[in-house]
Amino acid sequence: MAEGTHAATISVLVQNAPGVLVRVAGLIRRRGVNIHSLSVGPTEDPSVSRMTIVVDTAPDRTEQFAKQLRKLVEVLRATAIDGLPTVDRELALVKVNVTPGTRLEIMEIANVFRASVVDLTDRTMTLEVTGRGEKVDAFIELLKKYGIREMARTGQVTLVRGAQAT
Amino acid sequence: MARAITASRKSSPATGRQMTGAQALVEALRREGVEILFGHPGGASLPIYDALYDARDVRHILVRHEQVAAHAAVGYARASGRVGVCTATSGPGATNLVTGITDAMMDSVPIVAITGQVPRPVIGNDAFQEADVTGITMPITKYNMLVMRAADIPRAVRTAFYLARTGRPGPVLVDIPRDVSQELCEPDLTVEPQVPGYRPVLDGNPNQIAEAARALSEAQRPIVYAGGGIISSGATPELTALVERTGIPVTLTLMGKGAMDETHPRCLGMLGMHGSAYANWAINSADVILAVGVRFDDRVTGRLKDFAPHARIIHIDIDPAEIGKNKPAHIPIVGDAKRVLAALVPQVRPPQIEAWWKQIEEWRERYPFRYRQRDGRISHQYVCDLLNRLTGGRAIVATDVGQHQMWMAQWYRCREPRTFITSGGLGAMGFGFPAAMGAKFARPDRQVIAVVGDGGFMMTLQDLITAVEHRLGLPIIILNNNALGMVRQWQSFFYRGRLSASLLRNPDFARLAEVFGARGIRVERPEEVEPALQAALATEDTPCVVDILCDPEENCLPMIPSGQSVAEMILDG
Repeated sequence: MAEGTHAATISVLVQNAPGVLVRVAGLIRRRGVNIHSLSVGPTEDPSVSRMTIVVDTAPDRTEQFAKQLRKLVEVLRATAIDGLPTVDRELALVKVNVTPGTRLEIMEIANVFRASVVDLTDRTMTLEVTGRGEKVDAFIELLKKYGIREMARTGQVTLVRGAQAT
Repeated sequence: MARAITASRKSSPATGRQMTGAQALVEALRREGVEILFGHPGGASLPIYDALYDARDVRHILVRHEQVAAHAAVGYARASGRVGVCTATSGPGATNLVTGITDAMMDSVPIVAITGQVPRPVIGNDAFQEADVTGITMPITKYNMLVMRAADIPRAVRTAFYLARTGRPGPVLVDIPRDVSQELCEPDLTVEPQVPGYRPVLDGNPNQIAEAARALSEAQRPIVYAGGGIISSGATPELTALVERTGIPVTLTLMGKGAMDETHPRCLGMLGMHGSAYANWAINSADVILAVGVRFDDRVTGRLKDFAPHARIIHIDIDPAEIGKNKPAHIPIVGDAKRVLAALVPQVRPPQIEAWWKQIEEWRERYPFRYRQRDGRISHQYVCDLLNRLTGGRAIVATDVGQHQMWMAQWYRCREPRTFITSGGLGAMGFGFPAAMGAKFARPDRQVIAVVGDGGFMMTLQDLITAVEHRLGLPIIILNNNALGMVRQWQSFFYRGRLSASLLRNPDFARLAEVFGARGIRVERPEEVEPALQAALATEDTPCVVDILCDPEENCLPMIPSGQSVAEMILDG
């Protein structure tokens, strides 16, 4: 992360239309800002999708980002959710090397992190873990010594806690 | 450049409500009140041109380069307050519009660009004359769309015009594949735009307006910083009412020229990099700034942290993203300038500002704009000053970009809105003459003048033939210094006088004009300037190019160097 920046989360509700993702990502790119993660999926209304975008930006620029995003015609709402109490989740699939000697050890780590084994061969194990980004990071850190063969992460999804809309 | 013509199926005549996509397009344009469009045909737009052939009330002006079409649409929109329309074929035609579309985006000008696209089945296959125009123009349009069904054309057009002219105005592009233009459909021409995420806020928050009124009433050194937003929203009467009621001084941005009568004693004219010293001193000493329809552009503010350091800032803008973008606002008001000012003006009590005015008048007396005529040389400023006197500031002027643009901004004192048309944000050379053409088409009843430099005019002068063809009585005044004058000025100030690629060899523009069938006058001596300008202003039914050979060493001053503050202003060369 560049100096003076932090990971800011912006939640964006968009119309489900072709090209919307490019418009949103393009707007951020044009400002020379790195996208930390961007996850998209439908909401309770199938014509509307939610994007959770995490960008590296100076804290006082986050609201400006949200304002610029609101200018896009297909954007229904854009909220900078810095400082609000939120529920954040990320999912990771981690494929790790196993030997008969390490299999139980890895399953023990998985237990602690409430990760589940979703695939197993005599040389590999694939684990699914869900949680805040830091938890996923910590889990991956522990698995490194066994040799991570492949990994896929979803990027953060976020909702504001309680009755307040995100 | 090649415009390939591929065989196109003859469009079938409309039977009942059935029509081709192209016919639906023309009908939709008619319903938006479009009387004129500027364009250049090509393979992918042939069905559209075929439909235009029958439309006598929608006039097509054939330009010789699509860049001119876009600039002309901007000139038309800015002179008339209506939406300008330009059209081009796919690929190279569409990409040639890009400069003009970007200009419209930067200066918030409502235009609609209609481009042809290759037929649906070959989109994405690198087909002949294919370019991803919606992709290319995504960052330079307010919105754009690729229409994939003929029946969707009326809604696309309706949405395009609605988005272009409402909220913060801007360019919208509609890309139509050739086979969609040919497809038969039964279009619903009464559809409404569907843009649920688009809700411009027009009325300002009453509490914020009341707070702004209090701040202005209690101010000791208040000032208005007025921009193009006043002109787009038609807020000149409200701004003038505020000034008459309170006596608060007004500075104008380049885009704000004409937002208020510049001969009004309370108007300090343009501020910023080449603005008047007194306007810049005044805004920098202000304690309350009422910023309306402006965006705190770097050409106005210089180094941001040193801009008006002691002022409370009230910022009115229809675009919420402009507020706090460059400079934090103490009192932000999102809304349409006209409506917000109408609500604000009656609440402001005239502040006690006699001492403030005494100070401003002192600056105004000490640092007026001035120029000197060197022996036998023609001063650019003299020409601008003379144009101002000859027209009384009542003509519509379109300028190109560079030194002459700044001199016109300094010396031409606009009396009313929509009379100063210039490429402000983008600074696009080649803009002036096409924009003047567009303005003349919009306002044939008015004197329209193009004031250009030799460098910029060379970029789009091929369309002199268009002006000749349509018998436009358009004076084109070239302030010719055989140089890219502003580049040369920067090189002499900041690059130790190393004039890299800034001196020009030019043709004889007067003779060139005559070859095109226009009138041409070459002016070499100071005493010839006035008769030449008078002759040009009196010329009817044909463009008249006046090539004025100006002092090649003149610099545009005062100047606040880029990224610096008013304290570093250069007053004398």
